[in-house]
Amino acid sequence: MSDLAPAAREEAAPAAGGEAVSAPAVPVAAGPVAAAQPGARRTRDALHFALRNKKVVGGGIVVLAFLALGLIAPLFYDYGHSEYVGPQSSGPSGEYWFGTTTFGQDVFLQFVHGIRSTFLVGLLGGGLAALIGMTIGFVAGYVGGLVDEALNMLTNIVLVLPALAVLIILHTYIGITSVPSQALFIGIFSWPWVARAVRAQTFSLRTRDFVDLARLSGMGSGAIIRREIAPNMSSYLFMTFILLFGGSVLFAATLDFIGLGPTGVMSLGLMMNNAVHWSALQLGLWWWFLPPGLGITAIVGALYIMNVGLDEVFNPKLREM
Amino acid sequence: MRRYFARKVAIYLLTFFVAVTLNWLIPRFMPGDPVLRMLTRTSVSNPDAIAPMREYYNNVFGLDVPLWRQYLNYWAELLQGNMGISVWLFPAPVTEVILDAVPYTLALLIPSILLSWYAGNKVGALAARRKWLDNTVLPLGYALTATPYMWIAIVLAWSLAIIAGVFPVAGGYSFDLQPSWSLVFFNSLIQHWFLPFLSLFLVAFGGWAIGMRNMIIYELEADYANYLEALGAPRRLIRRYAFRNALLPQLTGLALQLGVLVAGALVTEIVFGYPGLGRLILMAIQNQDFFLLQGAFLFIVIGVLIANFVIDIVYVLVDPRTRTGMTGGAA
Repeated sequence: MSDLAPAAREEAAPAAGGEAVSAPAVPVAAGPVAAAQPGARRTRDALHFALRNKKVVGGGIVVLAFLALGLIAPLFYDYGHSEYVGPQSSGPSGEYWFGTTTFGQDVFLQFVHGIRSTFLVGLLGGGLAALIGMTIGFVAGYVGGLVDEALNMLTNIVLVLPALAVLIILHTYIGITSVPSQALFIGIFSWPWVARAVRAQTFSLRTRDFVDLARLSGMGSGAIIRREIAPNMSSYLFMTFILLFGGSVLFAATLDFIGLGPTGVMSLGLMMNNAVHWSALQLGLWWWFLPPGLGITAIVGALYIMNVGLDEVFNPKLREM
Repeated sequence: MRRYFARKVAIYLLTFFVAVTLNWLIPRFMPGDPVLRMLTRTSVSNPDAIAPMREYYNNVFGLDVPLWRQYLNYWAELLQGNMGISVWLFPAPVTEVILDAVPYTLALLIPSILLSWYAGNKVGALAARRKWLDNTVLPLGYALTATPYMWIAIVLAWSLAIIAGVFPVAGGYSFDLQPSWSLVFFNSLIQHWFLPFLSLFLVAFGGWAIGMRNMIIYELEADYANYLEALGAPRRLIRRYAFRNALLPQLTGLALQLGVLVAGALVTEIVFGYPGLGRLILMAIQNQDFFLLQGAFLFIVIGVLIANFVIDIVYVLVDPRTRTGMTGGAA
């Protein structure tokens, strides 16, 4: 563990800072033993502890509940989220659970549609960022040399470039028309810290005996990364994805709130934008602007808590805490 | 140490170069003709009127010379501080409009960043020590850090300003005042500043507290901590060493969070109608003021780069390894 710890600690900082992860001590050091162990057994062990971890189970239930709500609830409505259906500015009632907007739109329907786009943007944006970050991290860490230098330079540039500012410029000229294209832009700008962390861990793994052995046996670089290195940090990669998911959701909410969201799609950020724009605060229409923020906080917060739980599952040292 | 700084500065210069190039490239090479888009937005249907307008815009963008000349011209103008004329606040130069707004944004950002970082680290370190504090700080911290910036701003504006009436809702200072060096004006400034500051502070605070708490727990597992414990060192001493070591990644984290913090400040300003860069960007978007947007973009990039550089200097001060030429700071 000692050779890995300093590097991992240094690199884990981005996440530890604002995005709240405690990832470095993932059992990367399990080395040869873990590599020799059949993968299925490890998965079963992890599942065993995960299902007994209150944080994982609690967080998972909240996330799944919201997911189900977003997927199922819109199916029961025969009108659209922006249609003027009810009385104007009425509070929560039996018919309109979260009340209506100043135009008589159903806030609950907007909310569940917003949850849909929230999950979509988190999944796609987080997934893309994870894919780019891990690819760059693996290649830079494993190949080393000039490739490493070049990729490092790229990572550092994207890292210090304020993503929101770039997206504002991109948006004004291109325009974001759908949730997937929004997720694409978010993904392209949120991978750098992943690349750094993955690179550092790959760097410490590439000189291990089992990697040397694989190389001696004639395995290609791609296969070594996929079959020898990645599985040894799979738990870390999974937790990284969860963080990226949460980050994408918050990022998308920011964009939607400024009015740079996809057109014609309801999102939680857009709900807040509308509420502020049409003076819901001054008019006291709290049912309009409280639910969207609460929804985001609940989903992202549950994901973060789940991550802490997973950390305890994967890192036995933390379990006693 | 010289190598460390040379490397950092090279990256920042390169980033600035990339940002300026992007700023130049995007309007020119993106699908669709920006001039045409601008023309259609003015919704003039008379073709005779469109021709001179197109010519005018081509001239304004400097599109009537070869590409490489356009690029060099762009840099030349930029280095003279000329970013074009604002459309929304015609005929004010973009640089002037932005410079008026920047102090407000900085007044929000700098105190909230520094205070939340300091307080978050202190509270996080305390939480790692006491079970009951950990059980309250941890969930609270996660809830705060998962909260979108604008929502906490909305909640504060609604509860403390509109319902309770303790603070003003919108603006940088009271509408019946003119900016002056008087006590009344200063008082008004502070009152309008407090809520936006508080919402930025709260969200950032949650992240730092959790980060510090987790780092301390990992540090206490490290070999040196175990060794000290085996030697019989007092727990306070071990904690202090752990805290110092945990501060370094938190400092790196600060550099990495700058972009997120700036984004948070922008949306917070929009909620409170605070006259900083965020509101300016919103207005520019609503008024299709492209020059103003591009200018704001460059200002934000420059600000983030300067802040990064300051953090690098601090890093050298607090981490002796960077001074002796070892690979301390994550380059």
